[in-house]
Amino acid sequence: MTETLESTADTGTTLHEPRGTLHDSWVIARRGLIHMRRQPEQLSDATIQPVMFVLMFGFVFGGAIKPPGGGSYREFLMGGIFAQTLAFATFGVALSIANDRKNEIVDRFRSLPIGRGTVLGGYALANFIKATLPVVLMTITGLAIGWRIRAGLVHAVEAYALMLAFVFAMIWIGILLGSLVQTPEGVNGIAFAVLFPATFVASTFVPPESMPGVLRVVAQWNPISTLADSLRHLFGNPASVPTANSPWPVVHPIPYTVGWIVAITVACAPFAVRAYRRSLDD
Amino acid sequence: MAAPAIEATGLVKTFGAFTALDGVDLTLPRGAVTAVLGPNGAGKTTTVRILTTLTAATAGTAIVAGFDVATHAHEVRRRIGLAAQDATVDHLLTGFENLVMVGELHQLPRREARDRARQLLETFALTDAADRRTEHYSGGMRRRLDLAVTLVANPEILFLDEPTTGLDPRARAELWDVIESLVDTGVSVLLTTQYLEEAERLADDILVVDHGHIIASGNARDLKRQLGRDRIGVTVIDSARLDEAGDILRRVCATEVEIDRSVRTITAPTSTGLGGLTTVAHALDDAGIEVEDLALRQPTLDEVFLALTGRPAE
Ligand SMILES: Nc1ncnc2c1ncn2[C@@H]1O[C@H](COP(=O)(O)OP(=O)(O)O)[C@@H](O)[C@H]1O
Ligand SMILES: [Mg+2]
Repeated sequence: MTETLESTADTGTTLHEPRGTLHDSWVIARRGLIHMRRQPEQLSDATIQPVMFVLMFGFVFGGAIKPPGGGSYREFLMGGIFAQTLAFATFGVALSIANDRKNEIVDRFRSLPIGRGTVLGGYALANFIKATLPVVLMTITGLAIGWRIRAGLVHAVEAYALMLAFVFAMIWIGILLGSLVQTPEGVNGIAFAVLFPATFVASTFVPPESMPGVLRVVAQWNPISTLADSLRHLFGNPASVPTANSPWPVVHPIPYTVGWIVAITVACAPFAVRAYRRSLDD
Repeated sequence: MAAPAIEATGLVKTFGAFTALDGVDLTLPRGAVTAVLGPNGAGKTTTVRILTTLTAATAGTAIVAGFDVATHAHEVRRRIGLAAQDATVDHLLTGFENLVMVGELHQLPRREARDRARQLLETFALTDAADRRTEHYSGGMRRRLDLAVTLVANPEILFLDEPTTGLDPRARAELWDVIESLVDTGVSVLLTTQYLEEAERLADDILVVDHGHIIASGNARDLKRQLGRDRIGVTVIDSARLDEAGDILRRVCATEVEIDRSVRTITAPTSTGLGGLTTVAHALDDAGIEVEDLALRQPTLDEVFLALTGRPAE
């Protein structure tokens, strides 16, 4: 502390030229990735949990549940757990926003010479990357326990692209949630109250056709079900089998899911950005 | 003469029906430290938030580093550094990572950001803690890091919002040293504080704020002179003669006096300076009262605050 500080005023401050929103967002995203590495519970949500689900449900229920139309339950399960894991991406974004507000680090960012959308861009980028980690791990685990991609490369690429598109939509919901709820505890509460039921009343683990009345209808129209079924179709795995009186989403899971992705993005993005800005005011 | 670092006029900030700032004018000269002194809730943070572009004023204008905060926030942000009231460092990042991140967001090239980070860690005696997460730092270390982060891009103007609140006396003294060495580099500093001692020690100019108003300003000496005359303090050896000594002071100074029995001290305002002191000394001597201490002193800023607001500084 005895060392003299570099002079600023008499030499004149050097100002650096802007490097662009993408550069700045990436700097903030890197921080988000470091956070994930250093928070064991977040890291396990993204790694151990989905892998455990694949193994547990695969082995425990593998014998008891028969997928509709026959085939291996483990293959049916993969699409479901992919969908469930991706839906939880919402939660990650919302948590990072709420945590940062609690620590008031947003004020630091806002006093820096960076573009208006930079911080949100950083959250989105980090969570996008976070969401790909479990997808990779689950793919490896799945392959190890007998899951196979059976419908060719093009459809497989489409499946992974659909997953990324879904994450993109979920991030907007996450930003909206994190901006409206404001505390990490609140975000946790909502995740349990909404996200868990939403991923269970779906074709995640069992075909909706086996569910009673109202639950069946909810599950059939649930975009998490249709995402799961879309992935099953694109991977050539056993999926829900539409019957004569199945609702439209069950018959056309892919367009229905894409419709949801577009609708969520278009409907949520403007509100999310506005809610985020408003949450920072004053 | 260069333009002032900050020129703010008529700043008003309302939150709903509540007026937090009620017409604050403020000029920050270049290369000097100005303290905004006031109790909790006076409006210090609100002032800083307006000047650092974090919140918009309801009315009034502020030119910071030559740019209007309302219309050229980005240009202002390139030239300022803010150490907010609660140290805003990332808890999960190391000290080094925090500095590099902010450096890069100030558009420094990566290499330069890293070099700057190492240099600042060294300056703030944090080199040993460079690779530890800041959640494991002590309060004083976190404050020092926050200050280092604020300096990454060599700002022209530094905002320090209650930089030593919550620190133990040793950490506070260390931080004072750091702030003083900063001032030597020629940066302009706006410091807010609740501590009279801190304002007096660090600042050239002091603005006293209360309930969103600036109620007095000037340097510490001016403020004291403006509000209270000098005081003669007498400490007697024999407490039995305290009242007698009090009578003598009352007569000689022709004012009311304060008697503090616990320390056997009498205080009386005076406007006759050293002359008054000599008269008192003679009078006490004539009465044969032995004196332990006899001094002329300025009022403390606490006394100033009491005089200004009718209540002690919290
Ligand atoms: N976002 C806000 N909403 C409502 N009132 C606020 C808000 N921020 C500050 N205030 C009020 O404005 C006054 C000044 O606050 P502040 O500037 O933080 O004071 P200080 O920093 O001097 O302690 C306080 O009475 C505080 O309660
Ligand atoms: Mg404050």
